[in-house]
Amino acid sequence: MNGFFDIPSDLDNTYFGLIGLHLREALLPVLAGLLAALPIAQLCVRFRWLYPPVLGLTTVFYAIPSLAVFVVLIDYTGQTELTVMIPLAVYSLVVLVPAIVDGVRSVPEETLAASTAMGFGPVRRYLQVQLPIAVPAILAGLRVAVSASISLVSVGALIGNQGALGNLLADAQKYGRPELAVNSVLTTAVLAILCDAALVLVRNLLTPWMPRGKAGRRPKQAAARPEPEEAATR
Amino acid sequence: MIRIDSVTKRYPDGTVAVDRLSLEIPDRSITVLVGPSGCGKTTTLRMINRMIEPTEGTISLNGADLQQQPVTTLRRSMGYVIQNAGLFQHRTILDNIATVPRMIGWGRRKSRERAAELMERVGLDASLAKRYPYQLSGGQQQRVGVARALAADPPVLLMDEPFSAVDPVVRKGLQDELLRIQDELGKTIVFVTHDIDEAIKLGSTVAVMRTGGRLAQFAPPAELLSNPVDDFVEDFLGADRGIRRLSFFASEGLELTTDPVVRVDATAEQLAAPDAPYLLVTDAEGRPLGWAEPGDLTAGDIVAEGLLPYGRPFVPGADSLRAALDCAVLSPTGWAVAVDAGGRVTGVVSQQAVGEAIRAAHSAADTGDARAVGPADIAKVAP
Repeated sequence: MNGFFDIPSDLDNTYFGLIGLHLREALLPVLAGLLAALPIAQLCVRFRWLYPPVLGLTTVFYAIPSLAVFVVLIDYTGQTELTVMIPLAVYSLVVLVPAIVDGVRSVPEETLAASTAMGFGPVRRYLQVQLPIAVPAILAGLRVAVSASISLVSVGALIGNQGALGNLLADAQKYGRPELAVNSVLTTAVLAILCDAALVLVRNLLTPWMPRGKAGRRPKQAAARPEPEEAATR
Repeated sequence: MIRIDSVTKRYPDGTVAVDRLSLEIPDRSITVLVGPSGCGKTTTLRMINRMIEPTEGTISLNGADLQQQPVTTLRRSMGYVIQNAGLFQHRTILDNIATVPRMIGWGRRKSRERAAELMERVGLDASLAKRYPYQLSGGQQQRVGVARALAADPPVLLMDEPFSAVDPVVRKGLQDELLRIQDELGKTIVFVTHDIDEAIKLGSTVAVMRTGGRLAQFAPPAELLSNPVDDFVEDFLGADRGIRRLSFFASEGLELTTDPVVRVDATAEQLAAPDAPYLLVTDAEGRPLGWAEPGDLTAGDIVAEGLLPYGRPFVPGADSLRAALDCAVLSPTGWAVAVDAGGRVTGVVSQQAVGEAIRAAHSAADTGDARAVGPADIAKVAP
């Protein structure tokens, strides 16, 4: 009865139930972070002076350990999923703002000038030119944010079993069942890899216009372009 | 007509990019703004579609002050071509070209049909329609840039150093293509370049600007070459303006002689007949093979390999005196070979005769009777 996939009853969930919970707790914050990062990044692009302070502030947020945030938040949001998801959303924001800013800034000067000269207003230019060209950089940021978020959810185990798959780590100790710890680690890793692969797929579907390895007809030109992933992590 | 009336652009830090510039840009012809970097030529161009607003002065199109028009409407009525093309890398070639038609509400289908039509017009293969910009060469991208600017059929085309980032061979092709398209469409084109040769080749009128944003001279290229107003313009035109001016004189009037021309199957009698230091041997169809001294030729045994090269022949009427002189200078015998459109020899002409024709053309030009050929005419025979 004490098999690899037998989840202790105190978690009140099945193996797949835990996976669903884990994904929800990991991905909703990334989504929230993305929605907040888009306008912040756009402000940073329009008002250049805003970017350094925003970057500094978000980096400070990133340096605060999630446990410390839980302690503060628990007074307001209690031992709930929300308490886990708020710091994760902030971490995602921190990763995504520079990714989007760099992506939008990577749009070549002459492309911007050409779009202005053709009569694009600022909103149309943002939605139809800057944002689509920033997609590879944004997706690169999302890959980092999603992987980090999936691994960080487990910390929620420390506040009343809100860690989804991370709760298995606590149970492994409590019930002396090390296989639960192995299960937790492996499942989390597989989830992260699958989500990452899904994001790569999404990127490839969204950007048929990117030169890609040998598929590119003009590899010389392709090499001259900076890889957006590099640009995003720079 | 675009009328630029004592326009000044001064930046907050005091830099003056354009200084009291007045120009009247005629309709349906190419006006080139040329000058060294920092002369304000790009600023001037961008003030026409109000990407930069003038500090003083007015710019009007057909009498209407551009300041009074909504800026996006204004820009959509003026095509714009930029260096490196500035294509939308995330859109296919067809969608790039269809951008402005889509924006002004033409509908997807009509816009794409128009885009396909323009691809043909600028010499792009239809198979490129679904490609993305990174899959095209620099020259092809620039053609897309021109097609995109023409898509909504704007009366005005602004071109900002459009061909300066491509190699010379591709650039020449693009220039010839632009002249051909202009022949068909007759747009009012304002073209910015730092390359005086490009300015002379493309411009019906050329505005030479000097550092500090002031106009140095505004004149047709032939006049610029014959009468530069000052040392700056003369320096800018370069050391060989006399030679380049010959591009504007037709070679039709050259007196050709067929005396020294013999066919490869000529008899000994025919070989002996001409009183000339060299004979030009042609093949049976009359195409040139090469030069030889009369004594070196044996009837019935003339081999093309043993002949002196004849250089690059010129086509009287289509080529200019410059081409004719070039042929004569390149030819080891000092004689230029004239051919018809089919490449058959119509005669030969000596350096002296070309020199006389040049003198005659100069004096005719000075009395205002130049049989000048426009650069557009010369471009047509480009191989």
